Formats: sequence, structure tokens, C-alpha cells
Amino acid sequence: MKKTVRFYSGAELVGKAAIDAGCSYFGGYPITPSSEIAEYMSIHLPKHGGTYMQMEDEIAAMGSIIGASLTGAKVLTATSGPGFSLKQENIGYAYMAEVPCVICNVMRGGPSTGLPTALAQADIMQAKWGTHGDHPVIALTPAYLEEIYEMTIKAFNLAETYRMPVMLLLDEVIAHLSAAIELPDKELMVIKNRRKPLVPPEKYYPYDTAYGDVPPMANFFEGYRYHVTGLSHDKTGFPTTDPDLVQADQERQIRKVASKADEIYDYESYLMKDAKIIIFAYGSTARAARVAIDNARKLGIQVGMMRFKVLWPLPEAEILKICSKAKAIIIPEMNMGQLSEVIERYAADRTKIMRINHVGGVPIHPTDILNVIKEVV
Amino acid sequence: MAFEYEKYLRMDKIPHLWCPGCGIGVVLKAMLRAIDNMGWDKNDIAFVSGIGCTSRAPGYIDCNTLHTTHGRALTFATGIKMAKPAKHVIIFSGDGDATAIGGNHFIHACRRNIDMTLVVVNNNTYGMTGGQHSPTTPIGYKTSTTSYGNIDPTFDICLLAKAAGASYVARSTVNKGKVLEKYITKGLEHKGFSVIVATANCHTQFGRKNKMGDPISSRKWIETREIPLDKARNMKAAELEDKIITGEFISEEPEQTYWENYNHPIHEYTEAYQGIIEKAQKKSEGENK
Amino acid sequence: MKVDHYEARFAGVGGQGVILAGKILAYGMVSFEGCQAIETPTYTAQVRGGATKVDVVIDKNHIEYPRTENLDFFLSLHQKSLSIYYKEIKDDAIVVVDPNLNPNIPKNMPQKLVLVDLIEIAKKEMGKTLYSAVIAVGLFAGITKIIKESNIQKAVIDNAPKGTEMDNLKAVKIGIELGKKALESKEKIVILTIEDAKLTDSND
Repeated sequence: MKKTVRFYSGAELVGKAAIDAGCSYFGGYPITPSSEIAEYMSIHLPKHGGTYMQMEDEIAAMGSIIGASLTGAKVLTATSGPGFSLKQENIGYAYMAEVPCVICNVMRGGPSTGLPTALAQADIMQAKWGTHGDHPVIALTPAYLEEIYEMTIKAFNLAETYRMPVMLLLDEVIAHLSAAIELPDKELMVIKNRRKPLVPPEKYYPYDTAYGDVPPMANFFEGYRYHVTGLSHDKTGFPTTDPDLVQADQERQIRKVASKADEIYDYESYLMKDAKIIIFAYGSTARAARVAIDNARKLGIQVGMMRFKVLWPLPEAEILKICSKAKAIIIPEMNMGQLSEVIERYAADRTKIMRINHVGGVPIHPTDILNVIKEVV
Repeated sequence: MAFEYEKYLRMDKIPHLWCPGCGIGVVLKAMLRAIDNMGWDKNDIAFVSGIGCTSRAPGYIDCNTLHTTHGRALTFATGIKMAKPAKHVIIFSGDGDATAIGGNHFIHACRRNIDMTLVVVNNNTYGMTGGQHSPTTPIGYKTSTTSYGNIDPTFDICLLAKAAGASYVARSTVNKGKVLEKYITKGLEHKGFSVIVATANCHTQFGRKNKMGDPISSRKWIETREIPLDKARNMKAAELEDKIITGEFISEEPEQTYWENYNHPIHEYTEAYQGIIEKAQKKSEGENK
Repeated sequence: MKVDHYEARFAGVGGQGVILAGKILAYGMVSFEGCQAIETPTYTAQVRGGATKVDVVIDKNHIEYPRTENLDFFLSLHQKSLSIYYKEIKDDAIVVVDPNLNPNIPKNMPQKLVLVDLIEIAKKEMGKTLYSAVIAVGLFAGITKIIKESNIQKAVIDNAPKGTEMDNLKAVKIGIELGKKALESKEKIVILTIEDAKLTDSND
């Protein structure tokens, strides 16, 4: 008997999950290695009555998804390093105006044009600090195809729940590989939608904190006729330069994610119970780490891994705990140590941080990690 | 009976921040009258702007209003219109916003011919940022960044829009509010991308540096340079230097020649995209059978 | 599958269709052999005429590390892809290259080196060079026995555009025939010609 087999690539799964999450608008611009997502959306979105727009540049792609989101659409754009850089001003706008959107970045090396077709994890800090000013940040780093599907849906849910841009960071390894996977039952997936106002238009304020740190959001054309700006604004949405109001608004925006960090962050512990050496990893690098751990365990080395499925925000308390008991923490990354710098601050002098930084465009091999594990022992 | 502007304004946001005598007010009034001519429901209209003096207009208008980033208004507007094709999207921009930092979006919005209306207030300078020269500052004039006289050649926004594919293009000046109202109304009625340029005075930033620091002399300067399109057709290029050619550059008149209307798009984009949706859904049905 | 883990690479230049070979193999292993398979295509900067490859990692169980580490099988239709992607090769790997190419493989000589001009065979036997990829997977099946002949044929048919099933079936059979001949040969370096690609009646 033949099984029904359907192969999916990582890029296809981003598109499929987005549509399953209710995405009805994609604004994009071709860039390697993320173009497959745009191609998928151009074929499948119109089948569901949605709209695919190939804009004139990356900036326009970002602007267009914000516009579409304001009308109530769930929106996605996909890009890669240099395009992510170009989008940053409008990403900042989406934070300031609190417009839900999902930005998928299939990371490549840099700075500048870098290695367009090779892999990297080069933008994890750009995802955090790419735009000017302060803002909350949520970034997801799936490592498996099944996870790409689940976490793309999660990205939409988080964007809608917290009224903000959510970053979906893929590396080329998992974006381009194809395998046969079984998708979860669509009917059982939790799909979240933005909270809409319950008050009549005359009582509606787009940034009304009376309803908590995430104000209900009215859609354009539904009778609320409110104002949206990238300027600092008060609860009415109109510009203000009142220092107290601006301060309070910035603090609220940071707080809306910080106060819920324990509901947002997500990690997988692998053989952590007795582990003396801990690996921190994310994305496809974690898969090499897992193989390295299995091989080290065969040699009797007590090593385990904390794999971040959500990279920002990080589980701070758990990391601090590990920092004070681990003999060493190994952090393999396909960048020059972007996560390592953060963890080094947590660790202070309590444990040794071992970096593995590959930026040559080829994956970190399990042996590369195993060698460092042996070095620690 | 006097026109009730209050019907379309957020009166609690007035007084506005523009300088006394600013040309934007004339354009705004013409636009509100044009909307009234259309009889549209305010809930069905989105006003989008970028950055600069013009960008503050949506804040005063009682519609769905969006004040975006510098030059990018058309990109946000495109997302709104494509997500809700049945609604009305109007973009209010300036010469710097639309043709310098937003120049790429401008030509591509024209090319796509999406059913939106763009009103460009051209005051030949960056008013809000302190009067620097823009892509429409005439040669020889002084601005805060051309103290020795501007040497940058200018864009003709209407010719640019026409060449790029906009399907209704017209220009008048702030001296002729009624004509602006007529053109904007036609732009709103038009199914396709329409561009209406309103040549305006910025006596505060641009005028002061060029010996016309009050609204009257600045508007006089505009008036004396205005040449109707019909007359301009028969004039030599040298005679038209520094002139403001007004009229309808493309208005879908059947008698227009290829050269007058050579890049006129054959379809409106939201309708064309509806065709894509139908094609895709038909294909999808075929696959599911 | 007779082993627990297997890694194969099909390489060429853009436009030759080698990526399809990986797709078919991965599909066949999962659909008909009960294995797990991950298929990763790689493109260089220029897609047309630039070196491309597809890696297929096959395992009886879950595949954690998705990239190749030690290739059991390597096939290249072009010198460009041979130069760039001839690495991670096991000592006992099977290597298939065009006889016109310079394999430059002496140091860690593979178990078997097959020299065969698949593009020429595709052109002559099928009328289209595009079939070289399908011939390649057939050859893979014939020489490695990693996937049953009947299963690779089913995989090819399932992936063939409508109306081209019979041509694709012919191509994969040509490949299987070539593979079997290479396998039967006692030589370490096997040279296959267009004569070896002729299907006997029993194959039809």
C-alpha cells in the first residue's frame, strides 16, 4: 500500500502555514534565498481570495503590508538580510503604530550583499535592534520543517495578540530542504485574531490603555475613522510631544511583551538533567548540536542542550540558572557570536562560554561541536 | 450656501499647523469639496500621507487617516487598496515626498494604474525641514541648500506621471481652487491611478529666500508663470523654461494621439487582480476534482 | 533499504534538471521504501549555467543532521559542478561522471568510477537532454540497489508531468540498464557507451 506522501520545503511551509493562519495579503520583493516564499504565495494566495503583490522594492513591500493590515488583513512579507535592512524604517513604523504583521527573514551572510546563496544566522541582532529607537521584539527560530509550519502560525498568533511585527528567522538549511512531513490537523490549530473594540466609534481610542497593554484595534473602513501615525502619539492616535505621555507609551510597548515573556518564550531541553556542559543553539545549528550531543554521550560525556524555538524574548531566569551551574556553555552560531554576547552578559564570570562561529556559508558540522565538547572535558 | 467644511474636518484638531497663507489650505479645501461632489461615505475613504507639510493634512480630515514614513505613502496606500479594492484611497503628498525619496514608489504606482488618487502639492521646496531644494526647485533659485543658486534640473511631475503610466494626470495652481476641485473630482471619478498636481506657494521657506516672502508675491510668481497646456503645445522648449503648464495631461479623450497618451495602461489593477483570483480559483477547483 | 543510512548527490549546471533527480529519489524512498529522506537543492549565484546540486540524505529513522557528511554516491553531469561539489566523498563511494570531464579523483579512489555521457544518451535515446536526470536516477537504482527497480519506476511516474509518463518510464529503464551493467562489471573504472543504453525487449 502506498502512503500518501507530500514533500514540503521549508519555504513552502511558511506560505502554507501563513494561509492556514488566515493570511490574506503578501507584499514582497524577490531576494535570494527567500524568493520561494513569494513564489508560493503568488500561486496559492489568490486561490484563497487573497492578494499577492510584488512591490517595486523592499521598502514598498513592508509599507504595503502595514497598509493591508490596517484594513484587518493578516499580512506577511518575506525577505533576506539586505532586504531586511531596507525594511527597517517601516518595521519601526509598525512597532510605533502597533500594526500586526509577520516578517520572515531567510538569513544570509553580510554585511552588504554577502553570500546570497549560502547560509547564515546573521540577522538575529538585526531582528532585535534593526530599526531605530526602542521597541519590544519577538523572533522565532524554528529548526525542523514541522516547526516551521507550527511557528509560522504562532508568529501570526503573536502578531495579532500583541499588535506588533513578529520576526520569523529561518536559515537557508531549513528553508530549502524538502522532506515528507505530516501536518497537524488544521481544525485543531489555535488561530488567534486581533482584539477589536467593543465600544462604539465615538468612545474608541486606538491606543486606549484602559483595556490593558495591548489596546483593541479597529479596522479601517469599519466606522471608527481614527488616525494612525509613526509620530509619538497619545491614546487618541494623534501626535504628542508631552514627555510623560511619550515615556509612558514607550514603557507600555516594551512591557506588553516583557510582562508576558514567560508565555512567549519557548525552548526545548535535550538531555539537560545531568548535563554539566550545556549547548545553547537555535535554528538548524541545533540539529548539528543534537548529533554532537548523542555522539558525546556515547563517550560518557554529560552534555545537554537548550534549544531556543523563540529566540527573543529569551527565558532569562532559566538561562541564569544554567549559567550558575554549568561547567561550560557552548554556543554554536552561523555568525560571529551574536547570541554569545548576550549570554556572556548573563554568565558574567560564573561559567565559561565557548563560541563556535562559522560565517563561511557552510553549516556547522556535528564534529565541529563535538570537538569543542571534548576540549571542555 | 457656503460649503460646510466642518462636515469633513476634525474640528478639535484645528487650528492647523501650516503657516498663514500657505497654499496647502487651498488644496485641502478643493479636495474636501471634491469628496463632497462624489457623495462618498467618510467611513469608506482612507487618506494616506508621507512626511512633510502635506503629510499633516490627513490628521485634520475625518476619515480613516494614515500618516506614514517619508516618501512611502503610496506603498501603504497600495496595501490598503489591494486589501479592500471597493474602498476609496486618496494620497496627499508633496514634491519632495512624492518625487525624491518616494520617486520609485511614484513611478510604480503610476505604472500599476491602481484605482487611487494622488494629490501632489508642489511648493518647490522641503518646507517642513527648513527649505532645502527639491526635485522641482527651478534652476537658479535659492534655498537653504542652494545658497549660490540651484543647478539641479527639475522634474515635471505631470510628464513623469504620464510617462510612467498614470491614466489621469492634471495640474493647476493654488490660485485656482475651483479648477483644482474640478481636477480632483475627475481624478476621484476616474477608474485608474490619477495624479493631480497643485502648484503651491511656500512663501515662508522658499519665498523668503527668493524675494517673495509673503503669500501675495509668492502666488503672483506662480500666476505669472502659468501657461495653459493648449497654448504650451505650440511653444518652443526655451519659451517654456521655468513655466508652469496647467491643464489635463491625460484624460482619456479619444482624440488624443499616441504621443499624447502613449503609455496609457490598458487596465485598472484591482480589476486585473480580480481576474487573477478567478483564474487561480478555477485552477484550484480543477486540482481538487 | 539494505543499509541504515545513505547519502547521494546529483550535480550539474542549471538547466540540466539534476534537481529533479533528487526529488524523485527522495520521493521514492519515502513512498515505497519506508525510509525518511531529506532533499536539499543548492544553487549558485547564477541559476542558469551555474553549478547546481541536490543532496539526498536517506535514513531508516529520523534524520537529525539534514546535510550530507559522507557521500555514498556522487554523480556529476558537468565539470563545473564536479569541481565545486566533489567533496565529502566516502572512500568506497560510487562516482558517476561524464567521460569528457576530468574527474581528478586519484587520491581517495572510490569503489567504482563510472564514466558515462548521460546527456548524449538522453539526446540520442530520448530526443531531449532533459531526460538525463531521470536516466541518472535509474542508473542510481541499478547500480546501488538502494531502491528497488519497480519503486524507482513508480517514483518517476508519480513525478512525471501528465502525458510524459511513458517517455519518463523509458528513460528510467535506460538508466537502470546502465546501472546494472556498471554493477556487473568487474572493473573498477567502468566506461559505458550509448550501446549499453539500448533497452532489450525484456525491459520494455
